[in-house]
This record gives sequence, C-alpha cells and structure tokens, in this order.
Amino acid sequence: MKKLQILGTGCAKCAKLAEATEHAAEALGEPFQIEKVTEIQKIMAFGVVVTPALVVDGVVKVSGRVPSPDELRQMLG
Amino acid sequence: MNRLVVAGLALLCVVWFVLYWNLAAASLWLTYDFLGLAHGQHLATAVEFFVFEVPKVLLLLVLVVFGVGIVRSFFTPERTRRMLAGREEFVGNILAALLGVVTPFCSCSAVPLFIGFVTTGVPLGVTFSFLISAPMVNEIALVLLFGLFGWKVAAIYLCTGLGIALVAGWVIGRLRMERHVEEWVYATQTGPASEDAPMAWPERIQYGRAAVRDIVGKVWFYVMLGVAVGAGIHGYVPEGLMASVLGKGAWWSVPAAVVLGVPMYSNAAGIIPVVQALLGKGAALGTVLAFMMAVIGLSLPEAVILRKVLKWPLLCTFFGIVAAGIMVVGYLFNYIL
Repeated sequence: MKKLQILGTGCAKCAKLAEATEHAAEALGEPFQIEKVTEIQKIMAFGVVVTPALVVDGVVKVSGRVPSPDELRQMLG
Repeated sequence: MNRLVVAGLALLCVVWFVLYWNLAAASLWLTYDFLGLAHGQHLATAVEFFVFEVPKVLLLLVLVVFGVGIVRSFFTPERTRRMLAGREEFVGNILAALLGVVTPFCSCSAVPLFIGFVTTGVPLGVTFSFLISAPMVNEIALVLLFGLFGWKVAAIYLCTGLGIALVAGWVIGRLRMERHVEEWVYATQTGPASEDAPMAWPERIQYGRAAVRDIVGKVWFYVMLGVAVGAGIHGYVPEGLMASVLGKGAWWSVPAAVVLGVPMYSNAAGIIPVVQALLGKGAALGTVLAFMMAVIGLSLPEAVILRKVLKWPLLCTFFGIVAAGIMVVGYLFNYIL
C-alpha cells in the first residue's frame, strides 16, 4: 500500500496539495494511505525547506508548489 | 522547447502587444464615441482613466507574473540556500536580498525556510536579508506601481526595498544575535537536502501559467477596485486635500505611517487603492511608500509565526531595524522629491 505524506504547516497551498493528491490517488485506483505532517521538526527531517511537500513511500517528490494532476499521477505511479 | 510551444508563445506575445498599444485609442473611443460622454466632464475623465488603466494593469500583471514565474522555476529555495551557505557577510547580504525577489516564497514556509537556512551554513544576517526582501519586494507591487504611477516610483520601491533588506540584514548579522534564536532551531536535523528534478521547459511554462492563474486570479478584483478609486480621484478630487496632514510639512507623518502600517497586513494589490487615494489627496510620496512597505513587509501574523523561532530580543530587533529603515526611506524621499 502506498504511503503518502503531505508536509505542511496548514496554509492554503498545503490544503490544496492534500486535496489534489487525494484526487490523483483515488483516480489511480491503488490502495493508499495519506498522512498530514504538520510538525516543523518532522518536516525538516525530510530535508524539506519549503512547504507544501509531497512524500511518496519515504521519498520527497515535490516541494514548494502544487503540481498538476498529470505530474501527480506520474509521482504516484 | 518544441516548435509548437515556441510558436504558441510568439503568437501570445503578438496578441499582447497589439492589445497593449491600442489601449489608449480604445479607451478614448469607448468613452467619447461609444458612451457619448462630453470632453472635460468629471465623469468622462474618470471613465476614460478606468477603461484605460484596468486592462493596461491586468495585461502588465499577466506578462510580469508569467515572466517572473518562469524565472522562479530556475530558483528553488534549495538552490538559493546552496548559493548563500557560507558566504561572507556583505556579499551574502546583497545576494540574499536579490535572491529574495526571485525565489518563490510563501509566508507559511518562513519558519522551515529560516531553520533550513540557519542550520546549513547561511549566516543569520544573510538569512534575514532574504526574509526581508522576499515578502516586501514582490513583482505584483512593482507592476502595480509601474502601471499606475510610472517607472520611477517602481524603481524607487525596488531599490529602497533591496537597500533596506541589505542594510537591516547586515546590521543584524553584525549584532551577533545568534544566541537569541530559539535553541531547538539549531538542534533541528535538516535531512539530506531533497532536490527536485530540474524542470524541463514545458513544465516551466506550466509553472508560469499556474502562477498567472493563481496570482492574477486572486488579485484582479483589487486591481479593479484600486483603479476605480484612482479614476474617481483623477476625475473628481481637487489636488492637495490632505496635504496638511500627510504632506511633507508634517514631520510626524512618516513615523505615523510606519507605526500604523507595521501591524497591518495586506497583499500588495490590496494596498494599492489606499496608496492611490492617499497620493491623490496630497500625501507625500515618501510617506506613502513608507506606509506601503510597512504594511507588506512586516505584519502581526508574521511576528507570530517568527516568534516560534526567534526569541523576543531578536524579534524586536528585527522589526525595529526594518521599521527604522523604512522610516529613513520615507524621510529621504519626502526630502528629495
């Protein structure tokens, strides 16, 4: 099962990324698990400096922006 | 870049130019021929101003936000961090202030950014130069100032904004206030830097388009509001109404403007109607610029966010020095102009 983590402290972009990721994951049809990480310490441990960020199975796929649905599909696939 | 993309972009540029160069003629036609208003009437002057300025500013915004979006796609914060790490003070401050303009910055990422910079070799003062210029010297403010008040005002804003970021950051660095950063910040382990794969050109263009959709989509209403206010002033208000209160004569107008502006927060587009109204009623340019910088550059929400990583002495020093810098700029321009 894919583990998806959304890193962000709670601003509008983080919410958008969470929503977009959920849509993309559902469209793919595979089982997945989404977790929102809001603690600074944990976010920094990923090496992420700009939120929001998306982590798929432990690997940071994008940070600082909300990718397009196509990009998301690639990152999750 | 494949040929279709290049052709598409070239076509858009041509369309943009055609629209832009015909705006003056179009606004004249719309006001005096189509609507049949009489020359010299207050309403006619206001309408002509509005019809000319709204599409002009929107076109400029689209162009600049798109262009800046493309430029920003080359500058990830990670890259900025690497460029600034270990730089000696003065050079580092200059670089940081400049990079603050082109690095994409969302105020919610101020804290992770600060921690990331400070724990990986970017000097404290240099980090502050970046933190000051990033929110304050933004392309929306510059475009709106240029579109509504001319290139000189925009250039002044750009240069003084960078100047404040540079000097304030450098001074804070000199004060050696590292011990006033919350201890846990330095204890934070920043994981190995994540590097996004470099973008290919189609993605950069997509980034630019997303920026336009995002920003212009949020801001267009304020632009119309701002121009409407400006149009009203342009057509109806006689010059010099508020000169006695906010004009050059009142020495306390600059500090008052800054003290008022610091706790307030507005995005750059939202503050422009206020700027226009003040200028139109005779407020001095220096005072108004100081107010705008104080509103955009510092705010209560930002102080709350930064309090998590900065102890009170440092936080107050930060705000104090930037506010002082803004006041100096205000006085300077009231004096010169």
